[in-house]
Formats: sequence, structure tokens, C-alpha cells
Amino acid sequence: MIGVSHYLILSGLLFSIGFMGVLRRKNLLMLFFATEVMLNAVNIAFAAVGNYYGDLSGQMFAFFIIAVAASEVAVGLGLLILLYKKYGSLDLDVISSMKG
Amino acid sequence: MYEFIAFYIFAISTTILFMITVMSKNVLYAMTSLAAGMVMISGFFFILGADFLGVVQLIVYVGAVMALYSFAMMFFDATKDIKEKHNNPTLVFLLGGLMALVFVIIFSAPIIGENIEASYPIVNGVGNAQAVGIVLFTKYLVPFEVAAIMLLVAMIAGIILAGKKMDISLTKTVIQKEPEDEILKESK
Repeated sequence: MIGVSHYLILSGLLFSIGFMGVLRRKNLLMLFFATEVMLNAVNIAFAAVGNYYGDLSGQMFAFFIIAVAASEVAVGLGLLILLYKKYGSLDLDVISSMKG
Repeated sequence: MYEFIAFYIFAISTTILFMITVMSKNVLYAMTSLAAGMVMISGFFFILGADFLGVVQLIVYVGAVMALYSFAMMFFDATKDIKEKHNNPTLVFLLGGLMALVFVIIFSAPIIGENIEASYPIVNGVGNAQAVGIVLFTKYLVPFEVAAIMLLVAMIAGIILAGKKMDISLTKTVIQKEPEDEILKESK
């Protein structure tokens, strides 16, 4: 039997992988992929803790996270298409307008 | 025993696949490995007894979200490798590694909340899909409806944002058009 800490450590590792991607990526589409990795990691943690306490709330939160992720992708890809029309690139160095 | 083997297979494969997603230069490779990693994550849900969540993960993430991403990948010129200028890669790896360390320490610490009572306990003798349905349509009815409205708003936003002027090719250079506004024409 695998304890809940296994799942939580795995979820933490996956979240850090996604976080590293968010820090590292300069392309906006790839940044979206990294955020998806982070959302999935959190979903695993919710399902594991819900299973540990014998509670359905964890699964419920995971459902709502999936719904939020789906709508985030829909709006975000629309914005990406607008940005691509305006700048012809998705690179953050090209897009950034504030020279700080 | 089988749970043990399955957990480690899924854990190693998700970690490797998501590392490919984060590190790869090619959009196609990153997207494919992300989809495969999501399939593997649904395996965790099946192990944890959350069957319905696993099915939703497969349908929504692997089906819908990855289809959206692949359509987006067709809009952008994604065949060539992405060139990214990294100012300070060591700092990124240091921060990511530190965050992983912090998470592992937090989660491997003994769980303090032993006296937590399940507010919506899992009912015996009822399948996971039925139990989820009972809780979703009684206790979580209002968030469910709000989520439905949010999805509708997101759909309309996606159509409005992406749907305008789709007859113009994205990858070709945009031709500067004459201003159609009456005031702008007069001012010329």
C-alpha cells in the first residue's frame, strides 16, 4: 500500500518541473504547457489527499480545476492568436514593450 | 504489490515526459509528451479510486485541451525549432531545485491533521461515478453552475478573440491596410 506522502512528493516534484518551465520558457505557447504541468500536479495532490481522508471534496476540487484549466486554454489561445497577429512572434523578448 | 509497481511506472514516466515538455525545443515534441504525461496522470486517478476523475482527465485534458493546443500549433509556425535566449539558466535551475526541495520537505513532514473528519465521506457500496454525482448535484450545485457559466464565457471569449479576420494568414507578413475610419481618411 502506497502512502499519501508518496503521491504528495511526486506532486511536489511535478509542480517544481512546471515551475522551472515557467521560469525558463520564453515562448508563450511553451509557457502554457508549463502551466498545464503545474495544474496537473495539483490535481494529483487533491485526489491523493481526498483518498487519504476518505473524502470526496478533493475530487470535486480537481474537477473544478479541470474546468478552470479548460476555459483558461480557450481564452489564452485566443489571446495568443491576437498577439501573433500583432507582433508576428510569440517570443516574450520580442513582445515585451517595457524596456526595464 | 501491483499498486506499487503501477505507481512507480506512472511516476517515472510522468516525470520524464514532463521534463521533455519543459526542456524540449520543438513544439510538437513538447505537446506530444504533455499529452502522454496527462494519460499517465489519469493512471494515478484510477489507482486512487477516483475513476470518474480519471475519465474526465482523459476526455477533457487529452481530448479537448490537447486538440485546442494542436489547432493553435497549426496557426503558429511551429515546425521550426524555437530559439530562446536564456539570460541566466543556472539561476532557473537553482530556483526550481530549491522549490522541489521545499515541497519535498513540506510533504514528507508528518501529517499533523490526523483528526480531520471527512465532510463528504466516500459511501460504501456506491460506485465512484454515482458518489461524485450525488455530491456534485447536492453540496456543490452552485459552484457547478458557476463553472458552467464560466465555460460559456470562455467559449464566447475564445470565439470573439480568435474568430476575427481569420481569412488573413497568420504566418505571412501582414499587409498594412488603409485606415477605414472616416476621420482618419479626412486627416490624410
